Amino acid sequence: MDEELSALLGGGIGRWADWLVNRILDHGQPTLDVIAAVVDGFGGAIDGALLGAPPWALGAVVTAAALWRVGKGFALFTLLSLAAIFAMGLWEPMASTLGLVLSSTLLSLLLGVPLGIWMARSRWADGVGATLLDFMQTMPAFVYLIPAVMFFGLGRVPGIIATVIFAMPPAVRLTALGIRQVPVELVEAGRAFGCREHQLLLKVQLPNALPSIMAGVNQTMMMALSMIVVASMIGAGGLGNVVLQGIQRLDIGLGVESGLSVVLLAIMLDRITQSFGKNAPQGGKR
Amino acid sequence: MTMILPSDAAFSSADAAQTRPDARVVEARSTVRLEVRNLCKIFADDPRPALALLKAGADKAEVLRRLNVNVGVVDASFDIRAGEIFVIMGLSGSGKSTMIRLLNRLIEPSGGDIRLDGRNLTALSKGELVEVLRRDMSMVFQSFALLPNRNALDNAAFGLEIAGVGKAERRAAALRALDKVGLSAYADRFPRELSGGMQQRVGLARALAKNPTIMLMDEAFSALDPLIRADMQDELLRLQREQARTIVFISHDAEEAMRIADRIAVMEDGRIVQIGTPAEIIRSPADEYVRAFFRGVDASRLLRARDLARCDDRVVLLDEEADPAPALRRLAERGVGYGYIRGHDGRFLGVLSRESGTLVSGLEPARGDDSLHGLLRRVASAPCPLPVVDGDGRFLGALSRAALLETLDRGGPRHG
Repeated sequence: MDEELSALLGGGIGRWADWLVNRILDHGQPTLDVIAAVVDGFGGAIDGALLGAPPWALGAVVTAAALWRVGKGFALFTLLSLAAIFAMGLWEPMASTLGLVLSSTLLSLLLGVPLGIWMARSRWADGVGATLLDFMQTMPAFVYLIPAVMFFGLGRVPGIIATVIFAMPPAVRLTALGIRQVPVELVEAGRAFGCREHQLLLKVQLPNALPSIMAGVNQTMMMALSMIVVASMIGAGGLGNVVLQGIQRLDIGLGVESGLSVVLLAIMLDRITQSFGKNAPQGGKR
Repeated sequence: MTMILPSDAAFSSADAAQTRPDARVVEARSTVRLEVRNLCKIFADDPRPALALLKAGADKAEVLRRLNVNVGVVDASFDIRAGEIFVIMGLSGSGKSTMIRLLNRLIEPSGGDIRLDGRNLTALSKGELVEVLRRDMSMVFQSFALLPNRNALDNAAFGLEIAGVGKAERRAAALRALDKVGLSAYADRFPRELSGGMQQRVGLARALAKNPTIMLMDEAFSALDPLIRADMQDELLRLQREQARTIVFISHDAEEAMRIADRIAVMEDGRIVQIGTPAEIIRSPADEYVRAFFRGVDASRLLRARDLARCDDRVVLLDEEADPAPALRRLAERGVGYGYIRGHDGRFLGVLSRESGTLVSGLEPARGDDSLHGLLRRVASAPCPLPVVDGDGRFLGALSRAALLETLDRGGPRHG
């Protein structure tokens, strides 16, 4: 009886998801094509720029960013890391991964920050959004790959889309949190001086939420990096591909080299994006 | 020597008490700017059950107990006149912070009217309200509420920026405002680089920059240490002398209220229990709560001679006349020892002693603006209640030892 019931229910949910995906495939193809074209164009442009640039130029830009945002020591670390990646012959996959991370992070922010603003300002959006985000964050990351492949085939586009879904929640949550944490008297000051809603948002709430939003950007980027490696399973390319090759051939050297490259890239991105959160205006003495 | 004739003309004692003409403009004060009628705030989606209970005589605590609903302000009615500093005071939880936020609708009223120059603010749409806020009102906050990502200049320019004033113009206005509060040298500093007192000066500059006619000040100086607080109070009074604005000032500090207020409203549990000038409230508190509130206040430094000068039937006024005999007869009839002589132009001339039949010598009248503190010795040594005159030498009343001691005795019960 129990088994029957659970089979019925479980099968029901599974069947329902099946049906939904099929409906989308049958009727939503034009929409899917538009999404695919946009994501592909976006990802392709960033990818192309990073891969097209000579390694020394890209290396110089990243090192300069490290020097500007963090400091001399970290700039040296960045330079050495990039040199090591280059020496291991993993420059191209690294640049490709960086491109994928940047494009999925940008897309995540493009969607996530407005969503976070909406959640901060509407109780209804907050309720629905919080549930949705819980869902997005707890669902095993691999599960996103299935519909992504079904809707968009193999390659860069489903990789980016799965990554966006996986990496967006911190951007949304930390934007909403940052706005809600703006001291009540600052918001009152805005209103008392005659702010309209958009002025309140742009001149009072967002600037004061910036440290929190930047923390969200950092989190999103780190999650995007971890997911984009997984997404190599559906042909997203980049360092993840090399890791996958290492696993398939049981090639320890290749596995370590590619894994190390991911770690070095992660450290560089983390430190540089973190610095934006730290240097953003902090609340003064209050 | 001038002689005198008895006169029945007595000044109404109210005259002396109610007008406190400082250097400020008196006439402007007579027009009402803000008219508040039956203002209520109930923190509930549906305020009606709570309002019904309150109407039936329940108090804030009872409404909270029976309906679990918080009462902010109950049935407040008062007028705020142009150019006056109107202090609303009360303990925390008395509803004063809610009250000031109702005036600019940071909190939406549950009932009642707020009229600004006759226009009902409670009936305005959001858009219309924004226009009124931009043009007429500004606010100063206890926690300063400066934007941490802007320097002092851009903080001061905030109100003008919101109103769409061009960059050059608003910066010039902001710089003038910073200059008024003595901070023009700090225009490029960020709030975190400024001390508390300086931050609040920026807050004041922000409020002044758009040249509002009404300023709402919510415990504006409460977060500052006592010396800086006194500084800021002086600053406010000085700014007020330069240009009289209508100021609503929230405070829980009785000394502060006494110092800056033209009139004070005392709130308790969401209701206004008394409205009056500082002197009126000190002299005749409406109830034990109000009395307790002002108990610690050093009345001798706050009150002025005019506040206590009495012109009741114990003070016999005599007109300037050639023959002292009728005057002395009149003093005998009234059973008082001294009579105060006024000239035909109302100027005070001297005090006639019934005992000696001559003027009391060496008696210098007190000026209406003299603080009681400076008069203690003179009142003590004068043979008769000390005459008090205004700036033109006109007689305002007499200051008796009994009245003085009664007023300075802050602890005990007193007559109203």
